[in-house]
Amino acid sequence: MDTAVAQERENYLNASHGLKSWLLTKDHKRIGLLYLFTITLFFFIGGAFATLIRIELLSPQGNMVSSETYNKLFTMHAVAMIFFFMIPSIPAVLGNFFLPIMIGARDLAFPKLNLLSWYLLVIGGAFSLFAMIAGGVDTGWTFYTPYSTTYSNSWVIATALGIFIAGFSSILTGLNFIVTVHRMRAPGMTWFRMPLFVWANYATSLIQVLGTPVLAVTIVLLFVERVFQLGIFDPARGGDPVLFQHLFWFYSHPAVYIMVLPGMGVISEIISTFSRKTVFGYAFIAFSSVAIAVLGFLVWGHHMFVSGQSLYASMVFSFLSYFVAIPSAIKVFNWTATLYKGSISYQTPMLYAFGFIGLFTIGGLTGLFLAALGMDIHVTDTYFVVAHFHYIMVGGTMMAYLGGMHFWWPKMTGRMYPEGWAKLSSLVIFLGFNLTFFPQFILGYLGMPRRYHLYPAEFQVLNVMSTAGASILAVGYAMPMIYFIWSLKYGKVAPMNPWGATGLEWRTASPPPVHNFEQTPIVTHEAYDYTSVPAEEIEVV
Amino acid sequence: MGNFQFLPEQASTLAPEVDHLLYFLVAVTVFFSVVIFSTIFYFAIRYRRRSANEMPDAHQAHNGYTLEIIWSVIPFGITLVMFTWGASVFFTASRPPKDALQIYAVGKRWMWKLEHVEGQREINELHIPVGRPVRLTMTSEDVIHSFFVPAFRTKQDVVPGRYTSTWFTPTKTGKYHLFCAEFCGTKHSGMVGWIYVMEPNDYQTWLSGGATEGSLAENGKKLFEQLACSNCHKDDTTGRCPPLPNLFGSQVKLAGGGTVKADEAYIRESILQPQAKVVAGYEPVMPTFQGLISEEQVLQLVEYVKSIGPKPGTGPADSGQNPAKKPSTAGSMPANR
Repeated sequence: MDTAVAQERENYLNASHGLKSWLLTKDHKRIGLLYLFTITLFFFIGGAFATLIRIELLSPQGNMVSSETYNKLFTMHAVAMIFFFMIPSIPAVLGNFFLPIMIGARDLAFPKLNLLSWYLLVIGGAFSLFAMIAGGVDTGWTFYTPYSTTYSNSWVIATALGIFIAGFSSILTGLNFIVTVHRMRAPGMTWFRMPLFVWANYATSLIQVLGTPVLAVTIVLLFVERVFQLGIFDPARGGDPVLFQHLFWFYSHPAVYIMVLPGMGVISEIISTFSRKTVFGYAFIAFSSVAIAVLGFLVWGHHMFVSGQSLYASMVFSFLSYFVAIPSAIKVFNWTATLYKGSISYQTPMLYAFGFIGLFTIGGLTGLFLAALGMDIHVTDTYFVVAHFHYIMVGGTMMAYLGGMHFWWPKMTGRMYPEGWAKLSSLVIFLGFNLTFFPQFILGYLGMPRRYHLYPAEFQVLNVMSTAGASILAVGYAMPMIYFIWSLKYGKVAPMNPWGATGLEWRTASPPPVHNFEQTPIVTHEAYDYTSVPAEEIEVV
Repeated sequence: MGNFQFLPEQASTLAPEVDHLLYFLVAVTVFFSVVIFSTIFYFAIRYRRRSANEMPDAHQAHNGYTLEIIWSVIPFGITLVMFTWGASVFFTASRPPKDALQIYAVGKRWMWKLEHVEGQREINELHIPVGRPVRLTMTSEDVIHSFFVPAFRTKQDVVPGRYTSTWFTPTKTGKYHLFCAEFCGTKHSGMVGWIYVMEPNDYQTWLSGGATEGSLAENGKKLFEQLACSNCHKDDTTGRCPPLPNLFGSQVKLAGGGTVKADEAYIRESILQPQAKVVAGYEPVMPTFQGLISEEQVLQLVEYVKSIGPKPGTGPADSGQNPAKKPSTAGSMPANR
């Protein structure tokens, strides 16, 4: 096809060749792709575990794998998905690739540090992967003490070490983004002209830099407790097992926002582009990201309402949890208002964005159930919680990630993905997702506890529905994998600005040159100012 | 597979309260979901792109402070209702009535051991009378477990090294699931049992049936003598350690200042870590029993101390506000416990 044409111009992909040119690259775009390969691998590993879990739960008697294996499956599913897929997903792939371009920079502030971040993720991933292959880990991703420190016979240390190392990858990426946003903006790119995707990643970076060290500390304590039995969390030695939960959730609740805030940034970009309108309430969306980042640090105790923590502590955490719901609601309302009197097209990224809003809204609203103290007693540690966080993580972040991948794929690769297949995939994923996880809300209210290998027979119908949904979901996820690869060779050559979008990333070639821009751009307009896009540039694909 | 249902059975006084909160939450969230989704749907159709080069009017408002305030304040107001309602249900669920029937539970991988004050011991089964509040005082011998009865809408983590408690008033006779809800290792999903709610008469019959080895307090008394506790803890103030009669529920003055209420947790701690809180006027001479006696034996001792506490000695820990009668406890003497 037009391969020859696309290859003529020098770009970041063809500027140098060979494995070494990739493994030692300092180009944020190539590093973004390195992350893409890495996290895709972990997505499929985590997905394989999920598949086995869902097949096992088809029957209440658990006749496929042993309980020990089942416990390892759900633990490793979460470890792979949370630490090695979700947390790096949008920031490390799309953020890495686009954050510098969107503010008109040539690269991130510290390109070598950026490469180091990737290596740290790979090394951390290797440790955790080793643990999985060597025998697995069965503590749940929450590593609650004293089970993890005294009783579990599985590969706790290796897994935790992997997470510890990957944590530094997260910290360094956050640091890099913060410095880049402060110091590397193009002339005229004021704070309030930055795209909301940049704001969202900036807020995320704050959490990564401030929260991840606490995870590191917690893992070190877990390590010394397990190895030396110091008694930090062991009541027989005067320790407190619940202390671990405080430390763990102090990071792991904000980590939820590390996972979802960048997704919200992607959605702001997509909604604006495919309705050709300035995002309504730009400043409110931008500041709500920062508000979520800050308030997210004050609500960890809502994971511990039945842990025996004080009644009054629980009340404070419940109240603050409702507080953090407001910035998320503000975003949803503003996105909706953005559509008003827009020119709305239904290309694939927009379909994913609609899917995101729908699923994230359900995920967020069910969070209100869990924040209500009297309700939480009944539904915590049941499938209601499982459904809730999958609606946020998979329904929210994953939809945003896929929406972003479709949105920016032409820019990253210089090729268009096949629109028809892509639309179909978004539909299949949406339906499969709901069939998988909606029944779990009911299952949870009926009382099925999470992390149950065997379960009473009356829960089987809903579990079978869930597994049916999961198989549809699996097909949905396989589709982009296939057509994205296909498009690298057979896709239509992408123009500079296939969507008629306003961001700086659409003012440079697809794929971009090594230094992103031929000339440093000078920014004269607010973000999403459609009057600034020359009409001839709008080339609808 | 049973009948398909959306709600678990309502079998406690708490269950309808939680379900009412559920109806409210479902109503509010469904309402907002419908409003948001239908607005998006309407806009998506109404303002669909009609030609490739169509551009919306670039000069329309993209800011609305009034709107922002409205859609921040209204949801916040509604969430305050959720908060208050949720907290009030939680309060009820956290405060056992004073006349509750006391049951002890010990979680252990992977079983529930339940003990009645009268001495009946059960494993993975609990028999209780209908219509009477039941209070569980729970601890774990190993990892964290969680006592979860969906039909009662109640759940409480069971934590090693401390006592936690939960309570419920069953309203319907029958057989209900008991689950462990906190992941506790290999056979976590096998750590399940049944709650049998019986007519009071049947419960009495059940209680008197089956041989027991004496009530918890009687066993505690035996243990108290066996372990030679009575050598130092004498009934009057002549012992090297504080006397225990009438101790339970009272305020104890500590060496180094401060007081502590002599509840179950305090008694337990004083047995296992006697140096943690030494009673004013006594030397810290008591050895630790950590690792020497099981959680169940600790419970027997606790129950013994309760049984010689101020009358009526059957109430729960917080029934211990008894300013009238506390002759010899904390104040007048000594003691290290």
